[in-house]
Amino acid sequence: MAQGSRPLSPHLQVYRPQLTSVLSILHRMTGVFLASGAMMMTCWLLTAAAGPEYYAWSQWFLTSWVGYALLAAWSWCLFYHMCNGVRHLFWDVGLGFSLKATYTSGVLMILAATGLMAASWGIGLAAYFAG
Amino acid sequence: MQTPLARVRHLGAAKEGADHWLWQRITAIMMIPLALWFVGSMWWLVISGASHADLVSWLSGPVAAILMLVFLGAIFFHLKLGLQVVIEDYVHTKWLKWAMLIKLTIGTLLFSAASLYSVIAIALKG
Repeated sequence: MAQGSRPLSPHLQVYRPQLTSVLSILHRMTGVFLASGAMMMTCWLLTAAAGPEYYAWSQWFLTSWVGYALLAAWSWCLFYHMCNGVRHLFWDVGLGFSLKATYTSGVLMILAATGLMAASWGIGLAAYFAG
Repeated sequence: MQTPLARVRHLGAAKEGADHWLWQRITAIMMIPLALWFVGSMWWLVISGASHADLVSWLSGPVAAILMLVFLGAIFFHLKLGLQVVIEDYVHTKWLKWAMLIKLTIGTLLFSAASLYSVIAIALKG
């Protein structure tokens, strides 16, 4: 059976993206990306356990521009995955299945994730620069 | 007495999955407060200077060390369950799928052991 050559449903090339499907695949993508954050966390903890001279490597990487960009991306993915995860928990107990509720909770979830992201970086950076 | 349910149980296409589903939810709920606490703690560390000594003194307190161990346990458990489904959904070549699933299990064990060891080492040394 030529498994590889048969087209798989849904046929993404002719599929018009909706809010629901985009949020759904973003949940997976943020989850996979957060796994790389867990690997970075392990490296960060390992270098911290090894001593200050090794911890300097983690600090060098995390305070580079690549590090800052990754920290911003990981934190956004964390807030997104967390908020959309809560949305999933409501579905798990049977709440919010109607089309209207699904779209409403989708918009609310984006607002909540954006709000958490803004609050975290806003308060954090303000406190940092205030000394 | 045997109900009709007992006769069809385990005969479905998947045969398993309730445990997977349940633990994904349990670890997810655990991580909501833990992740917020972790993000808050990281900002607090950054603001207090973020030196190695700051990190060690924070992580050697019993509350921070215990919460970090639980957080890391939940992270790696949840991560393993999630990535497992992603592999099962998108990798259709049988040998490659199994190879990736085994690699995922071994990798998760290695990374979780390394991070849990590090927290314990810092907590006991600091």
